[in-house]
Amino acid sequence: MNGSMTDTDQTALDEATWGRGVSLLHDPKRFASTYAGQLGITGAFLLLWIAFLVTAPDTFTHIEIYAAFAATIPLFGIVAMPLTMVVTAGEIDLSFPSTYALGMVGFVLTWEHTGNVPLAIAVCLLIGAVAGLINAFVIVQIGVPALVATIGTLFFFRGLSLVVIGGRNITLIETRPSILFRLFVGELYGIPMQFFWLLLAAVATWFLLNRHKYGAALYVIGDNIQTAELQGIKTKQVRLILFILVGVAAAFSGILSSLFIVSFFPSVGDGQLLPALAAVFVGGTSVFGGKGTVWGTLLGAFMIGTINAGIVAAGLTGFYTQLIYGAVIVVSVSIHAMVQRRFG
Amino acid sequence: MFGQMSDKDAGIDPATPRLELRGVNKQFAGVQALSDINFRLGRNEIVGLIGDNGAGKSTMIKHICGYHSPDSGEILFDGVPVHNLTVERARQLGVAAVYQERALADLQTLWRNIFIGQEIQTRFGFLDVRKMRRETHKLMLESMGFTSTAVTPESVVKNFSGGEKQGIAITRALYFDADIVILDEPAVGLSIKETDKLLQFIQSIKKAGKASILIDHNIFHVYEVADRIVVLDRGKIAGRFRPKHRNVIELTEIMREIAETGHSSVPDDPYEEPVSDTEETA
Repeated sequence: MNGSMTDTDQTALDEATWGRGVSLLHDPKRFASTYAGQLGITGAFLLLWIAFLVTAPDTFTHIEIYAAFAATIPLFGIVAMPLTMVVTAGEIDLSFPSTYALGMVGFVLTWEHTGNVPLAIAVCLLIGAVAGLINAFVIVQIGVPALVATIGTLFFFRGLSLVVIGGRNITLIETRPSILFRLFVGELYGIPMQFFWLLLAAVATWFLLNRHKYGAALYVIGDNIQTAELQGIKTKQVRLILFILVGVAAAFSGILSSLFIVSFFPSVGDGQLLPALAAVFVGGTSVFGGKGTVWGTLLGAFMIGTINAGIVAAGLTGFYTQLIYGAVIVVSVSIHAMVQRRFG
Repeated sequence: MFGQMSDKDAGIDPATPRLELRGVNKQFAGVQALSDINFRLGRNEIVGLIGDNGAGKSTMIKHICGYHSPDSGEILFDGVPVHNLTVERARQLGVAAVYQERALADLQTLWRNIFIGQEIQTRFGFLDVRKMRRETHKLMLESMGFTSTAVTPESVVKNFSGGEKQGIAITRALYFDADIVILDEPAVGLSIKETDKLLQFIQSIKKAGKASILIDHNIFHVYEVADRIVVLDRGKIAGRFRPKHRNVIELTEIMREIAETGHSSVPDDPYEEPVSDTEETA
């Protein structure tokens, strides 16, 4: 009799516990294995930071360097958020750096003709969505693998931007009085606005990926697309939205990048391909799809963004940048692969 | 726990087959894949569909699931013909197919797998993760027989055995009110112990008052759990037998004869209206 009472109590307890998921307090061991990837990247992030604190204390104990990071890391960090979802779904998008420029061409032309900044922003984001739609059409509808399709559109969108704008550089100094200018690249309590946009993008992506039907579908698609289809997930529609999200985020990042330096260059976005992708992979999102972490990408972005400044501040020449950059990427993705084999 | 009688059953004569194929024909590029298929599935019976590779088992199942539509003939649910059956419509009508390799997403947790595409949402459109974990935990104890504390709703399904994975998929189908569960070669590659576990899951379909079609080319798997066995050969139904009337050696002989000649010299066992367990016990 007593035994059965205990069983019932245990069941009730389990149910209450399982509603909450894996708890650090109740079961630290299981917590560690469930979140091994996230804990790993957090540890690596702290290690890197401590290494820079030790080697370049003058730089890394002052607020200025952090303000600089908060201003520049979001320029690739924001687009790394939808990219995390793309990689989780087993896809890839290499075309986004050119979408920075294509969207900005729309911005510049609209602004030159109307002087209306909100309208220019709307046009820019719309072009980003259309660029994403073009990618989605080639990948989802025609069936070209995303890797190949987006290499093509990487060139195509950049080329289109150069042709339309005629290679011009354009100063955006007259957009400064606009309230939107301050909203995009101004400061709040001394913190660059870009940083808040990055946080917003991270929180929104986390909810979408982990607490929404859409994200649930992405995980299954990246894991086993046949399972997704058999269970009635509209895989084409889900993947189409994915590429549109990247396009919009890239166009948005184009605005941030251009307003931040108060000029438009047709080369905007160039050089953001590798940092953004590195942030996703260093963060622990699986190259094979089916697993993704927004927290990892956020820390990954800060790790990637810190390296450059950190190396210079540590007294090494710029030649070391790429060397250490590459080493960090290779080592961290190797660690993720090992962690996955051990705990996955 | 899955509800013995769903709303779908209300007002329908229990003798009406849950599913019926009448005179179904299908050609692919001039090849007759199915010819004049007449098939019935009772409301609470397990039918084994057996036949060699290429006999048309999968083609027939794909018609029931809405992937193919017949060139001629009809598919009826509860005695009502359904034209232009789609995958979505078949699902709404209670058809669920369980494939060993494609049933689950391996890297995802148990609770995510149970609720793929049918997640419970809160009023605000977000996932009710807490509720899904609890439901999964309940299903684990009550239907899947996972009693070990090593397995939790947060367990990733990759490390489960083939039998367990199909058990999860069957549980999922029944949880979402499927009452025609189709199992495609479920015992392939399973150990004897695993196959036993699987057969228990198949019997749980029967206990829940629902129906199942079990496809296999091995008579031994089907024999133990099927109420009836339908043999397909070269796109035709070559025989209908009842395990309770024949022993497995007899059936193996019949199978061999069909494989060689395309038909059986043994006449079909008479078709009896399938009796539902639920009615017997009621």
